[in-house]
Amino acid sequence: MISAFRKVEWNPAAGRAESRAWSALRRHSGVRFGAAVIAGLAAAALFAPFLGTGDPAALDPAARMRGPGGEHWFGTDMYGRDLYTRAVYGARISLAVGLCVTALSVLAGLLVGLAAGYLRAVDAVAMRVMDGVMAIPGILLAIAMIALAGASLTTVVVAIAIPEIPRVARLVRGVVLSIREEPYVEAAVTVGTPLPKLLFRHVLPNTIAPLIVQGTYVCASAIIVEALLSFLGAGIPPERPSWGNIMAEGRALFQVAPWIVFFPGLLLALAVLAINVLGDGLRDTLDPRLARRTGT
Amino acid sequence: MLAFLLRRLLATAPVVGVVAVFVFLLLHLSPGDPATVIAGDYASPEDIERIRARLGLDRPLYIQFGAWVGRLAQGDLGTSIFSNLPVATLIGQRLEPTLSLAALTLVLAVSVAVPLGALAAWRAGSWIDRAVMGFAVVGFSVPVFVLGYALIWLFAIRTGWFPVQGYAPISEGLGPFLHRLALPAVALSAVYIALIARIARASVLEALAEDHVRTARAKGLPERLVLLRHALANAAVPIVTVIGIGFSLLIGGVVVTESVFNIPGLGRLTVDAVLRRDYPVIQGVILAFSAACVVVNLLVDLLYTVFDPRIRY
Repeated sequence: MISAFRKVEWNPAAGRAESRAWSALRRHSGVRFGAAVIAGLAAAALFAPFLGTGDPAALDPAARMRGPGGEHWFGTDMYGRDLYTRAVYGARISLAVGLCVTALSVLAGLLVGLAAGYLRAVDAVAMRVMDGVMAIPGILLAIAMIALAGASLTTVVVAIAIPEIPRVARLVRGVVLSIREEPYVEAAVTVGTPLPKLLFRHVLPNTIAPLIVQGTYVCASAIIVEALLSFLGAGIPPERPSWGNIMAEGRALFQVAPWIVFFPGLLLALAVLAINVLGDGLRDTLDPRLARRTGT
Repeated sequence: MLAFLLRRLLATAPVVGVVAVFVFLLLHLSPGDPATVIAGDYASPEDIERIRARLGLDRPLYIQFGAWVGRLAQGDLGTSIFSNLPVATLIGQRLEPTLSLAALTLVLAVSVAVPLGALAAWRAGSWIDRAVMGFAVVGFSVPVFVLGYALIWLFAIRTGWFPVQGYAPISEGLGPFLHRLALPAVALSAVYIALIARIARASVLEALAEDHVRTARAKGLPERLVLLRHALANAAVPIVTVIGIGFSLLIGGVVVTESVFNIPGLGRLTVDAVLRRDYPVIQGVILAFSAACVVVNLLVDLLYTVFDPRIRY
């Protein structure tokens, strides 16, 4: 019995399966496209000051509402600020919000899901609370929380993360419930594996693939919601250039200067598309069961 | 059936309870004094005291909650701090545009997405399939306000086919009503089309592999009928399910779309209330939308029996 377990632990086939998944990932055209675009945007966000950008807040009253081209690739806004600069700096906010929301909601959802899947008493209460949160439209909940707590990067991240937690928790709970019935988990329980070890060694690894896939979708949705909140005037404070803020400023001038809204909108759509395509690719390669359930 | 309905309603009770507690606590979760938060940055101490007394914020939390639930039970959603009108009245005034937009979007989404998904499944692997699925991914990724502005620019500013913004109530006639609602509904339906088309394709694909479809084809049933009567009929349940799941997505979309197209509905009411920190209105609108979500999901459960006679409650 014990030797059988040991054999599984350093089975060379496990390593081979891993590299097979890796090479499948590298061959997947969606994964390639998504990863390339996200890497490009991340690089632009990181190296924003060195990409031919100026000061994102620099005003130039002489060059107000210039169309795209020439000196200003994306044009300028009503204060003469360079929109290319502001859009590149805006990538910082979008990606940071996407990453932080994903980390926060996946972590919280994982904890709730593990607890609910393993402890009956927690399950009943926690999942009812999760159902309740899911019944409140996420964007409304986020708007209300930010309006009352005051707009800042932290409140925006927390407010977007909270409505995402139930979906992650449900996913993890589902995995836990199906895993506990597996013979190898029953075997581990029989030989007296303590609960923390059982969770970390046997349950947690099974949640990683679906969590990575779900994480990409959370990230894409977080980036949309952040832009949306900023666009409605209830998100990132207006001093910081985020794609949503730039679009909000361009709203009133849309008929005369549509480029103010278009360029950040395009970047936003591109970023979200890349993350979604990457997520679909990850799902196809890492989590074939989920792929069959949701189609494509 | 009646027993199921009762059981289902009973199961909704805790959800409604959690929503109520959450919405009530929202104000108290925020750091600092709620009365100060509502009063805003330029309020005098007297203003703050006035708001505190009016909302009963000086009383213990559980008494506030009890009083609030008691008023809710009588249909009293509170009074707007800004306009001094009952919140229920404000919501009633704004209901028509929002319901119209949501309904038109749903009709549009289902009537476009289901045939597209079925077509993609029928010709799985072909260029049609790839095009539909590619469109689904893009439709899911382009945020509704970006798409909204693109549509305004193309079909309102450049060509002048549609009005840029605004809303015409249905009492002014069906023509102007639809003319003004067309662009917002198209913008809002993109996400839904993507969502439904994917599910429709997956379920039709699954149904097409079933034995009864092979039998239907073998007995010489025209392909059109195979698709309609055997494959699509089986896809109805997952499609209805995804409409229910997507409903909260739709509500979020409505809020934004109304802002982009300047439609005086519940979404605009929400955004205005948030910008003015009109707390009773925020609370009321969130409650109303959440209740709508719960009811829609209840209806979805009931619709299962219509679309799949095998399901009996």
